Parts: sequence; C-alpha cells; structure tokens
Amino acid sequence: MDIPYTVEVRPDTGLTNGKIGIWLFLASEVMLFGALFASYILIRTGAPTWPRGDTILNVPLATFNTIVLISSSVTMVMAWASLKRNRFGTFRMYMATTVLLGGVFLVVKYFEYSHKFELGLFPSTNNFLAIYFTLTGLHMLHVIGGMAVNAYFWGPGAKLWKTNPEWFTNRVEHSGLFWHFVDLVWIFLFPTLYLL
Amino acid sequence: MQASTTTDHAADIDKHVRIYISVFVALMVLTIVTVAISRFHLPVPIAVSVALLVATIKGTLVACYFMHLLSEKKLIYAVLALTAAFFVVLLALPILTVHDGFWIR
Repeated sequence: MDIPYTVEVRPDTGLTNGKIGIWLFLASEVMLFGALFASYILIRTGAPTWPRGDTILNVPLATFNTIVLISSSVTMVMAWASLKRNRFGTFRMYMATTVLLGGVFLVVKYFEYSHKFELGLFPSTNNFLAIYFTLTGLHMLHVIGGMAVNAYFWGPGAKLWKTNPEWFTNRVEHSGLFWHFVDLVWIFLFPTLYLL
Repeated sequence: MQASTTTDHAADIDKHVRIYISVFVALMVLTIVTVAISRFHLPVPIAVSVALLVATIKGTLVACYFMHLLSEKKLIYAVLALTAAFFVVLLALPILTVHDGFWIR
C-alpha cells in the first residue's frame, strides 16, 4: 500500500503528511529544549554567584562552530533548491558539504570537551558545567541525528529521486527543517552559555 | 514551500537562492556583532537583553527564510502559536520561585 499524501496535499490540512509531521515533531523539540532553558534560568537566578561563560569556555572555538553551523544551514537549503532546479549533481555536492560541516562541528566540540576533561572540569564539578554539558550534549545528539538522515539522503535514500523526484524533494525539505532547527537552537545556546 | 511548488519556475528558485545568500551574510554579521558586544562587559541585565535580542533576530531569519515560515499554511502557524504559548509559560515557571516561592506555599 502506498503511503498517502507524500506529494499531493491533504485537502483538510492543505499540507503533505510529512510536512505536518515534521512540524509537530519540532514543536515537541521546542518544549524539550524549553524545559532545559527554564532549568538554566532557575539554576542561574537561584545561584549566589554565576561565572561568565567566557571565563571557562572557549569563545573563539564556539564562534567558529557557530559559523560552521550557519554555513551548513545555507548548504542544506541550497541542496533543496538544487532539487527544485532539477540539478541532482549539485544537490549531492551541497548535501555532502552539509554533512561534512556537521562533522566539523562535532570535531570542534570533541576538542572542547576533551580540554575540559583534561582540566578536571566535569558535569559534576558545578551547576554551570552541569547545564553546559547537558544542553550542548543534547544539541550534539541532534547534530548526529541530522547528519545520519542527511547522509542517508545523500547516499542510499537518493534512489527515490529516480522513481519519485517530488517525494524525494519533499523528504529533503523535511530533513532540512530539522537541520535548520538544530542551527536555531545553537544560535540561542551560543550567547547563553558562552557569552553571558 | 509546498509540494505543489516543485514545478516552480526556475526564476523563482533563483530569487530564493539570492535571498538565502543575503540571509547568510546577515547571520554572519550578526554573529560577529554578538561576540563584539560581549567584549564590552555590559551589566548582566543589559548584556542578556542585547544578546537575546540579536539571537532572536538571527533565529527569526533562519525560521522565516531557511524554514520558509513566511509562506506556510495556517495549520503550521496554529501549531507554532500553541507551541510558543506553552514555551513562554515554561520559561516563566522560574518566576514562581521569586522570594523562595512564598506565595505558593
């Protein structure tokens, strides 16, 4: 049986099922990160003293990672636009770049984490580090998840382009929405944790 | 973008691409602004307000242009409005702890 409303829109919602599905998922993600941001506010406002992020964390590395993630958002949307222009080769180039940039982000994060551990700074050290590792760790898991899906669409999942290009284009758009959300979360995490 | 727009005219997509590049440049500039402002070591309430304002502008650009929220269907807006309402409540919860939450005990 075919999956319904993958390309044509549902008359009652005016959307494909995939589109409404990914947005409902992102709504749940907003609440997940929202709960952690609320915890951060609670812990910070309740603490007698709170360190500035830049006294503990590496701002130049995080700034570099912000640029990397924003760039990956652009390559992601360009990958989708390439499919809209019927340029599959260009799509693969942009999608590969998106996955690679995600990899660069993770490598930088690995060095950041390693340095902290070498200095004896762990989540159990203090509240600042606890919330830092929790928020950035959860965000990193999202980067890994997004990379896995994007890599699938770059590789084996791209077979769909030959049989149903419109459906494939929609699927790439949906994975793109998730990837942009991951970028959006980092846009708020960066100043909150590193600069304030 | 809706599924039906797969047949969009190539010129429309070219216009979108130009917008994506402009948004990318704006996001880069705002990232530099965010870091530059933090170097002034402003008082915490002002620093938080400014940093969150810049982050909100950046987030809005990503949502409106990369996530195509400027041209979405009403149902998506309804889902997001509901999400935003609950998100605000969630962020406001720490207010309950003001003065050790004396008024809810």
